Amino acid sequence: MIPEAGHFALIVALFVALIQASLPLIGAQRGDRGLMELARAGAYAQFLLIATSFGALEWCYITSDFSVANVVENSHVTKPLLYKISGVWGNHEGSMLLWVLILSLYGAAVALFGGNLPPALRARALSVQAMISLGFLLFILFTSNPFARVDPAPLSGNGLNPLLQDPGLAFHPPFLYLGYVGFSMAFSFAIAALIEGRVDAAWARWVRPWTLAAWCALTLGIAMGSWWAYYTLGWGGWWYWDPVENASFMPWLAGTALLHSAIVVEKRNALRGWTILLAILTFSLSLLGTFLVRSGVLTSVHSFASDPARGVFVLCLLAICTGGSLTLFGLRAPVLQGGGLFAPISREGALLINNVLLSTAAGTVLLGTLYPLLADVLDLGKLSVGPPFFNAVFLPLMVPMVLLMALGPFLHWKRGDLAGALGRLKFVFAVAVIAAIAGWLLAGGSSGPLWAAGGILLSAWLIFGSLLEWAERVRLKAGFWRRAINTPRAAHGMTIAHLGLGIVIAGIVGSTAWKTELIRVMHPGEAVDLAGYHLVLDGVDPNVRGPNYEAMRATFTVSQGGKAVTVMHPEKRLYDQPRRPTTDAAIRTNLLGDLYVVIGDPAPDGGYVARLYYNPLAPWIFLGAGVLVLGGLVSLSDRRFRVGAPLRVARGAAAKGALS
Amino acid sequence: MKRTLFLPLAIFVVLCGAFLGQILRMTRGEMPNDIPTVMIDRDAPAFDLPSPVADRPGADIAALKGKVVLVNFFASWCVPCRSEHRLLSTLSDKVELVGLVYRDSPEATRRYLEQLGNPYGAIGMVEADSRTAIDFGLTGVPESYLIDRQGHIRYAWKRPFTAEEIAGKLLPLVKELSR
Repeated sequence: MIPEAGHFALIVALFVALIQASLPLIGAQRGDRGLMELARAGAYAQFLLIATSFGALEWCYITSDFSVANVVENSHVTKPLLYKISGVWGNHEGSMLLWVLILSLYGAAVALFGGNLPPALRARALSVQAMISLGFLLFILFTSNPFARVDPAPLSGNGLNPLLQDPGLAFHPPFLYLGYVGFSMAFSFAIAALIEGRVDAAWARWVRPWTLAAWCALTLGIAMGSWWAYYTLGWGGWWYWDPVENASFMPWLAGTALLHSAIVVEKRNALRGWTILLAILTFSLSLLGTFLVRSGVLTSVHSFASDPARGVFVLCLLAICTGGSLTLFGLRAPVLQGGGLFAPISREGALLINNVLLSTAAGTVLLGTLYPLLADVLDLGKLSVGPPFFNAVFLPLMVPMVLLMALGPFLHWKRGDLAGALGRLKFVFAVAVIAAIAGWLLAGGSSGPLWAAGGILLSAWLIFGSLLEWAERVRLKAGFWRRAINTPRAAHGMTIAHLGLGIVIAGIVGSTAWKTELIRVMHPGEAVDLAGYHLVLDGVDPNVRGPNYEAMRATFTVSQGGKAVTVMHPEKRLYDQPRRPTTDAAIRTNLLGDLYVVIGDPAPDGGYVARLYYNPLAPWIFLGAGVLVLGGLVSLSDRRFRVGAPLRVARGAAAKGALS
Repeated sequence: MKRTLFLPLAIFVVLCGAFLGQILRMTRGEMPNDIPTVMIDRDAPAFDLPSPVADRPGADIAALKGKVVLVNFFASWCVPCRSEHRLLSTLSDKVELVGLVYRDSPEATRRYLEQLGNPYGAIGMVEADSRTAIDFGLTGVPESYLIDRQGHIRYAWKRPFTAEEIAGKLLPLVKELSR
C-alpha cells in the first residue's frame, strides 16, 4: 500500500508540474496575478508530493519491504539502519527520486523566501523549474520506477555494495545533488530574465545567494567524495580525473565563474550576457554529468548503470533543456548587450580574467572527458585521457589564476591602481618566498622536486595576500571590532574562501610532491621505518567479526624516536551480502600529514602484503575544502541576501538598470 | 541577430550528435569499455601444449599450419564456458577447433569433458605461468581467436559465444578464409 501511495504521489506531482510549467508563464505574459500565484502553490504542492513519495521509499527501505524490487536489489535485513536510509539513493531509481526531491525543495524555497521578488520574475522562474521537474518526473515514471513490485517477494535482498556502506558516502550524494540541482535556480532565473529581456543588479542579487548555496553544497559533496576515495579505496590518492569525478568538477568550475561574474553584474552592471550564459552552462554541465553517469557512454572506474534506453531519455532532456535555453540565449541576448565601461586594470577586469581562466579550465576538463567518446564515435580508435593530460593543461590555467586571486581584491572597482596594489603585495611576496624555501627545506630539500617549492610559494602568496587584504580592510578606520563587524559578511566570506583554496593548494602540493610509499611483504614481528615513523607489525587476527562483515585485522604499533605514537588497525573485510572484499585503511593524522597503512592478501610464506604511505599535508586538502565552504556560508549570511533586505536596494537598481 | 551568440548552441548540437552516435553504437552491442584486441592481423603466438586426454592430440600450432583454426580458451571452473560449450559442439565439423585450458588441472578438465562432451580436435594445457595466454593477450575465459591458413589472427571474441555471433560473424568468416 505504501509503495503505491508513493508512486501515486509522484504521478500527481507530475500533473502539478504540468500546471506549474504552463499557467504561470501565461499569467506573467498577461500580467494576471492569479495565474502567476499558481506557481507558488504549485511549488509547495510539488515539494509535499515528492517528499511523500521519497518518504514512502524510505519507509520501504527501513522496514525492509522485499516486495519492492528496488529494495530487494539494494538492501538486506542485516544492513545497519544508516545504510538502509542511505541505500535509497545508493541506486539509480532512488537517486533520481532524491534529485527531484531536491529540485522541488529549491522550488518551495523560492516560493517561501522569494516574497520580495517581482511577481512576474518569480512566476517565470518557478515555471522553468517546473519544466525541469516535469522532464525528470517523466524519466522516473517511465524508465526508472522505484516502486515496482516483485511477486513472490524474496526473504531478503541482495544488499548494498559494501564500498558504499560508509558514513562519508552516505551523505556524499545528497550534498552533490544539492549542488547540481541548486544550479537549476540560477538557470531558471536566467531563462526568466531572457524571457523578460531584463538583467540588472537586482537580478544578480537574487540569483547570487542560490548559486552560492548550491556552490557550497557542491564543494562539500565533491570534498566528501574525494575524502571517501582517499580513506576507503586504499590507494592513497584522492583524485583520479575519472569521468565521473570530472562530471562533478565541471559544474563546480563553471559555478565558481558564475559566482564571480554575478558580482560584476551586481556592482557594475556589466558582463550581463556572459553571466546569463554561465548560468545556463553551469546547470547544463550538471545535466551533462547526470547523462554521462546514467547512460554509460563513457568508460569509468565507477560502476555505471549503463542503459542505452535511459541514456536516450536523459539525452532528450538535455537536448530540450540546454538546446532550448541556448537557442533562447542566441535570440534574446542581443537585448542584454552593453553595460558599464570596462577598464582593464580594475576589480571587474580581474574578475573577467578569473572568468576566462575558470571557464577555459571547465572547457578543458570537458574536452578531456569527452575526447575518448568523440574518438570512439569517429572511429579514431579507443583511447583514454588520464591524469597526465589534465595535469598538463590544468596547471598553466590555475597558476595565473591563483596569482591573480591575491591581487584582484586589492584593485578598486572602475579604476584600479596596479602599482599601488603590487607595492602592498611586495611584503606578501617576500613572506611567500620565505615560506616556500622553509617548506621545501623542511620537507627534505633536494630530496623533493623543485616545483613543490613553487607550489608552496603559490599557496603562501594566496593565503598571506588574502590575509593582508582583510587586515587592511578591518584596520583602516579606528576600532578593529566595529570595523570587522561593519565590513560586509560577503567580504569576510571572500577572504575565508580564498584562504581555503590556499590551504587546498598546499595540501595538493605536499601530498603529491613529498609522498613516501613503501610496499612490501611483512611478517608478524617485522618492523619498517617510514618518514621518521617506526612501524611494527605486531600480528594479524584473521577472524574479526563486524556487524555485517568478517575482517582480517592487522595491528601495527607506531613509534617516533622511541616514543609510542599510536596503534593502527588496517583491515581487509569480506562483507556477508553481497560477498565482496573491501580494504579499510588505517589513517593516523597529526594535521600536518597522514600515516596511511593498508593490509593486503597473505603471501605464501606467511607474510602479508602491506602498503604504507606517508602523505604530507594531505589533511589540508579536506580541511581547506571545509574552509572554502565556510567562506561561502559566511558570504551567504550577508545582509544583502537576507529576506527583506534586497527589496529596498532592488527598487532603485531595477529602475536604473531597465534595458533597451 | 548576432551569429556568435549561437556558437554555444552549435557546439552543443555537435556534442549531442556525438552522444547519440555513442548510444546507437551501444544499442548495437558495441560497448565503450570493449577494448579491441591489438592481435588482429598479427601472427598467432606459437604454442605447443600437452593434451590432458588420451584420445586427442596436444595443441601444437606447427601441426595446424595451413588450416583455419578456432582457438578457444576455457576452464572447468568457468561457468560461462559451460554455457558456451553447447554452441562449440556445433562447430567441430565446420572449423578446426582447438581448446586451450587456462589455469586448471588435467583431472578437472577430463571430468568436465566427460560430462559435457569433447568438441575439440586438439586440446592443450596452458603452462602454469600462463605464457601462451599472456601472448594472446587473454583477458578472461572464455575467449576465442580465429587463425587463418597463414597463421594470422583474423578475429577475436572476448566473451561467451552467442548463436547470433556464430551464425552472423564467425561462420561467414570461416567460410571466406577456407576458400
